[in-house]
Amino acid sequence: MSRKPDLLPGTLDMLILRTLARAPLHGYGIALSIKRLSNDVLTVEEGSLYPALQRLLLQGWVKGEWRMTETGRRARYYTLTAAGRKQLSLELSEFEQMVKAIGRVLRDPQEA
Amino acid sequence: MPMNRLARKVALLFSRRRFRRELEEEMAFHRAQLEEELVAGGSSREAAREQANRQFGNATRLREQSHEAIGLRVETVAQDLRFALRQLRHNPGFAVTAILILALGMGVSVAIFGFVDAAMIRPLPYWQPNRLMDVAETARAWPRANLSLEDYKDYKRLNKSFSSLDVYTEMGYLLETHSGVEPVNAARVSDGFFSTLGVKPMLGRGFLPGEDQPGKPKIVILSYGAWRTRFGGNRGIVGQVVNLSGVAYTVVGVLPREYAFAPLGEAELWVPLLDPAWCEQRRSCHNLYGVGRLRQGITPQAALADMKAIARRLEAEYPDSNRDQGAAVQPLSELILHDIRPVLELLLAGAGLLLLIACINVASLLLVRSESRRREIAVRVALGATPVRLTRQFVTEGLLLAAAGCAGGVSAACWLMALLTHMVPKAMADGLPFLAAVGLNRDTALFAVAVALGAALLLAATPTLRLSLQPIRDGLQEGGRGHAGMLWRRMGANLVVAELAVAVVLLVGAGLLGQSFYRLLHVQLGFDPGHLAALDLLLPDHVYPKDAQQIAAFREVLDKISSQPGVVSAGLTSVLPVQCNCNTDWIRIAGKPYNGEHNEVNEREVSPGYLATLRAQLIRGRMLTDDDRAGKPNVIVINEALARKYFPGEDPLGKTIGDGKLSPDSLRQVVGVVRDVHESGLDTEVWHTEYEPLYQNADIFTTLVVRTRQAPGAYLPTLVKTLHVLNSNLGVSNEETMEQRIGETQSALLHRFSAWLVGCFAAMALILGVVGLYGVIAYSVSRRTREIGVRMALGAQRSAVYALVMRQAGRLTATGIGIGLVCSVDASLLIRKLLFGVAAWDAPTFACVALVLAGAAMAASFLPAYRAAGVNPTEALRAE
Repeated sequence: MSRKPDLLPGTLDMLILRTLARAPLHGYGIALSIKRLSNDVLTVEEGSLYPALQRLLLQGWVKGEWRMTETGRRARYYTLTAAGRKQLSLELSEFEQMVKAIGRVLRDPQEA
Repeated sequence: MPMNRLARKVALLFSRRRFRRELEEEMAFHRAQLEEELVAGGSSREAAREQANRQFGNATRLREQSHEAIGLRVETVAQDLRFALRQLRHNPGFAVTAILILALGMGVSVAIFGFVDAAMIRPLPYWQPNRLMDVAETARAWPRANLSLEDYKDYKRLNKSFSSLDVYTEMGYLLETHSGVEPVNAARVSDGFFSTLGVKPMLGRGFLPGEDQPGKPKIVILSYGAWRTRFGGNRGIVGQVVNLSGVAYTVVGVLPREYAFAPLGEAELWVPLLDPAWCEQRRSCHNLYGVGRLRQGITPQAALADMKAIARRLEAEYPDSNRDQGAAVQPLSELILHDIRPVLELLLAGAGLLLLIACINVASLLLVRSESRRREIAVRVALGATPVRLTRQFVTEGLLLAAAGCAGGVSAACWLMALLTHMVPKAMADGLPFLAAVGLNRDTALFAVAVALGAALLLAATPTLRLSLQPIRDGLQEGGRGHAGMLWRRMGANLVVAELAVAVVLLVGAGLLGQSFYRLLHVQLGFDPGHLAALDLLLPDHVYPKDAQQIAAFREVLDKISSQPGVVSAGLTSVLPVQCNCNTDWIRIAGKPYNGEHNEVNEREVSPGYLATLRAQLIRGRMLTDDDRAGKPNVIVINEALARKYFPGEDPLGKTIGDGKLSPDSLRQVVGVVRDVHESGLDTEVWHTEYEPLYQNADIFTTLVVRTRQAPGAYLPTLVKTLHVLNSNLGVSNEETMEQRIGETQSALLHRFSAWLVGCFAAMALILGVVGLYGVIAYSVSRRTREIGVRMALGAQRSAVYALVMRQAGRLTATGIGIGLVCSVDASLLIRKLLFGVAAWDAPTFACVALVLAGAAMAASFLPAYRAAGVNPTEALRAE
């Protein structure tokens, strides 16, 4: 029995890209950041970040680099690439359009 | 972008291990951080770890998802491969048969492609070889005739098409060595010959401009082979002096190893033209061929037009010598490949057809197997295998078979290429320098891989197609015997029909080529080639400068050899029969109207006993005698063709033949007529021929023919020894029997090669086709056992069961043969040029092929029919 994801499909990638747009982070940092910014509303099964990150790496939207954390442990930091930035703005505008469309439908069910 | 993605993917594929390690470390780090945080929040270590793991999710699944995200499916590929291997091991008979058949088809086609590649795809080993042209003159009877030196000078001076134009001609010298003189093939070339080709000597230098002029120093360039074998690869050879037919020549260079010039394949020594030899001062003396390099931007057609215009100018200026003469320009590669190209194309087509049959055969084997794997497939589908996964399994199996077949095929091809190269006799191989390049190289490897991929595709597609055509559900039902075979029958049957049709095409081709070869060997020769030994003689002209001395030497040779035990008779000729329409003369009949046309006839200088030694038949008058010598009236013997053409309805005896001007010393009286001796190659018509007494017109190059009592081959060593003892100055070479000489002529070789090879292809095709048919019928009988049992239980006779099976086989065979015969008509029209003495639509051949194939097919289907008729109805009904 697989658990239904709490996110809209495809939004995880966008969230990761958006998070990385601010600063390079490691996987754990990304998870923390998403949790914090969404006031714990979006609860992700945290490990599912990793398949998503591999996908983004393969697409060339993020870059991975091993660095030391403040606590002196080795961790892979992900950075947004130029292509990733472009992809993010594309996905954001698509998402906004979709949200607007859903919003319109929800406001006035008769016209649907 | 997609390219980058692909590159990253490939890079990842190679650093799989690192990728896994890093992912593992990253995920461990994440869990550790979570745990730390929870501990810091006051949880116990135990509870924190549990909570962290829960929050993180199922690590194994996530790991798999990550791997999948970047397409690391190696595990499943390996699984497919393992499974495919197990399948093949499970059924070794099938695997071995399939791989052998594939290896056979691939081996043959890759080997033949190796030859095609070396000959036709690779460029000639010269600088910008596509701009090199073969330049020659034409005469009424010759599409490509030698240039004369004087004509060449004019062409060279007047043409605007070639940046350089050079000439070459063959030559023979007696090379002085420690053990006496040895005849050596050589070439005389104009000064720019090597620079026109763009060949630079490996040692020393090439010829400098002007070094070919009369009176210039005698110099020679060695071929790589001559340098290695005759001079021990001595690097200090340049500047040394060698003795050629009594004249000192200084070595100025050695040609590189890869250099080969096919039209003069045997030449070991290359000297400049220097002093005009023999008749070269005369404009009518044609003994040179030209090779020219086209100027940038000039097409061969434009060059030809330019040369033709010059030829017209020369014809107007020198009407006596240049009447009816034109010019010929063709790519040098065309000259070299002209004769061999159709044979190579034929063989490539034949090999392709064989490959096709092999693939079809293996495909139908796979089909039979997939039929028997229906249950397995159905079970796998029921257990959740997707169609994609099943297809991938089939593709893997196909790839595996094709790979194994390819490996076997390439080894077979290497062996075949070596074998075939060895089978080409040296005389012919010298004219085909590309043979050295035949072998496993980049091109053949690429071709093999392409063929293997094609085969894999076919092998994968067949069972996949079947999969998609039939509801898989049916596979689980044990019954389904009634209709399940239908689909298979239709597909399998089509395959076997195609196989039989291709086999027919190959068999018809082989039949026609075999007949051509047979007819060629049974051409009326006009003489008896058995018990004849032949060898070439070369007199050193510094020892025998005068005609009288040469004639005395010849007489001595003939007297000595004729008196040997074991020798019936001996004779000398300038050119042996069955070689060529060549060494021609222009004649004019005294007392007949003459308009200056060139009446070209073969001219042979022969000793008195020559025609008798050949056992040529005298029709009228007398043969040449010992008395026809210098100082006596000039006489001539003509062949029947010449008599028919120039003396129709009259008696040629006593008539006079001379040159175009009827100059007094050219006049000869006809004293005899012989039945046509086949002077030309076997597949060309014999021209008009005149035989002049050698003793009235001597030459230093002659060929000795000896009729022996015993086998001529066994006598050759004695003959050579006797000649050496008799006269150590004599150059003796190319000792062979007459039958060998005939067998080594180009027409005989080409026909023999095509007949044998296509014959082998056809035999293999016949076997594969019949085995394929047997497989189809046997399988169909095995599927219909129950049906046959029911029929017999209901009272069907054994004969009816026979009829049932044989009818099915007969229908397939008849369709296959019918289609094959129709295709054969087209195919044999395509090879029409390679046929000799047999028409492309030769009905007996077609009928024979149909009969042979029908007989073999019936024999192959009789066994399953016999088995079907032996079915025990009760057992058959109880079965399953």
